[in-house]
Amino acid sequence: MEIELKNIHKSFINQGKQQSVLKGISGEVEKGEILTIIGPSGSGKSTILSLCNLLQTPDEGELYVGGKEIRDWDVRNLRRYVGIAFQSGPMMKGTVLENLSLPMQLQGRTLESPQTYMNYVGLSEELLSREAKELSGGQRQRLSLARTLVNQPSVLLLDEVTSALDSKAAQEVEELILSINKDHKTTILWVTHDLAQAERVGDQTWLIMDGQLVEAAPTNHFFFEPNDQRTKEFLHSSRDII
Amino acid sequence: MSLLAIILSFIFVILALVLSTAFKLGLGKDIMITCVRATIQLLVVGYILNAVFGLDHPLGIIIMLLIMILVAVRNAAKRGRNIPFVFWKIFITISIVEIVTQGFLLGLKIIPASPQYIISISGMIIGNSMIIANLFLNRLQAEIDLRKEEILLVLSLGGSVKQSIFPILKNSIRASLIPTIEGQKTIGLVQLPGMMTGQIIAGADPIQAVKFQLLIVFLIMAAASLTAIILGFLIYPSLFNTEEQLVTNRFLSP
Repeated sequence: MEIELKNIHKSFINQGKQQSVLKGISGEVEKGEILTIIGPSGSGKSTILSLCNLLQTPDEGELYVGGKEIRDWDVRNLRRYVGIAFQSGPMMKGTVLENLSLPMQLQGRTLESPQTYMNYVGLSEELLSREAKELSGGQRQRLSLARTLVNQPSVLLLDEVTSALDSKAAQEVEELILSINKDHKTTILWVTHDLAQAERVGDQTWLIMDGQLVEAAPTNHFFFEPNDQRTKEFLHSSRDII
Repeated sequence: MSLLAIILSFIFVILALVLSTAFKLGLGKDIMITCVRATIQLLVVGYILNAVFGLDHPLGIIIMLLIMILVAVRNAAKRGRNIPFVFWKIFITISIVEIVTQGFLLGLKIIPASPQYIISISGMIIGNSMIIANLFLNRLQAEIDLRKEEILLVLSLGGSVKQSIFPILKNSIRASLIPTIEGQKTIGLVQLPGMMTGQIIAGADPIQAVKFQLLIVFLIMAAASLTAIILGFLIYPSLFNTEEQLVTNRFLSP
């Protein structure tokens, strides 16, 4: 088992009030599996991701990554083992090469073959000397994924990585992620608001509503024969909006 | 200067009050409070200095310096109220700056070891350090708000806390020093520094006054850099918790 959540609770202080974001989430993700996480905005989906590489800490419960509780990991090793790609594909000031090399540079090492990574994510080597902030949304997201891959993560957390892209770029990034999963057997936790995407790419799907795991099921089963009434209503209403 | 001259100088305050009323600026109350405070504070300081100079004892100087540092720290600490031990971090910073600069001046016998010199120069150094600390904390807060994603990015790639905050820290240190550097660039061209003006008015040779002012300029430059750098390195670990996460509520909005 690559990821295991046991009764996870998390709350934040918002304007002086305690706000419960996750209320007892339990679930498992097998090695090499793609889990798609869907749910309304603010339901706690992104918080689940941020707990998996300890950018946040659970208030209660246990979270195992690679069989080890996250708080037993050396935090920097954990964050290399569990990579994350953010929605905006944030870039540091500097060139594409500097951004791509960042994970190595943080360890005081040099990136041996930046071209390999560029080719892998479908970016031209000529871009290496360009300012990273000048790239288009799709290029940024590819570079962001390439940069995460430099650490050779076993788990990849994706937070709405295609939602800011046009449909063509979104499709290309989606294909890239699927090939990462196939080539490296990377376990992927993929938060998306695009239900068609969740259905297309997932092996397993979770519906999170109001900080609770409403339904967890194999993706086909989840979309065709949901068990929970709330899942049926959510899928129905979301499809109506689309 | 006679008492009458001081009383007459209140005409300027009246002028400011009239202008504030005429243009409905609503600053009348603030102007009055500022003038009354300035008068009382300076008079009290004048009498205290008189007593300390008369005492001519190291303990008197040390107590006076401690009071100055504590007031400066209290003012600057308001900027980062939520940062643990911020008061002591600023206190340590300003104290180090004061010890280094005075140690240098007294050690090399650049100034005589008399309260007149030590307290007057310390006032300038401590006051300047207080402003730098304020500017630094203000800028740091703005930079963190603006560049939080970059911090999270570096942390998420397995970078250390220091690696994640270093570019922001550097920028905040630089930004807090810019007013000092820019101010010194036009020194003498736009305005004559207060201390130099005071010496010239008191009858000192202008060249002598310039030499002394140069000493102060260099000193303030060094003190400003020291303040921003020491404070930066003392403050940044408090912005993160033991699990190397950015704790964003460590700052309160100004």
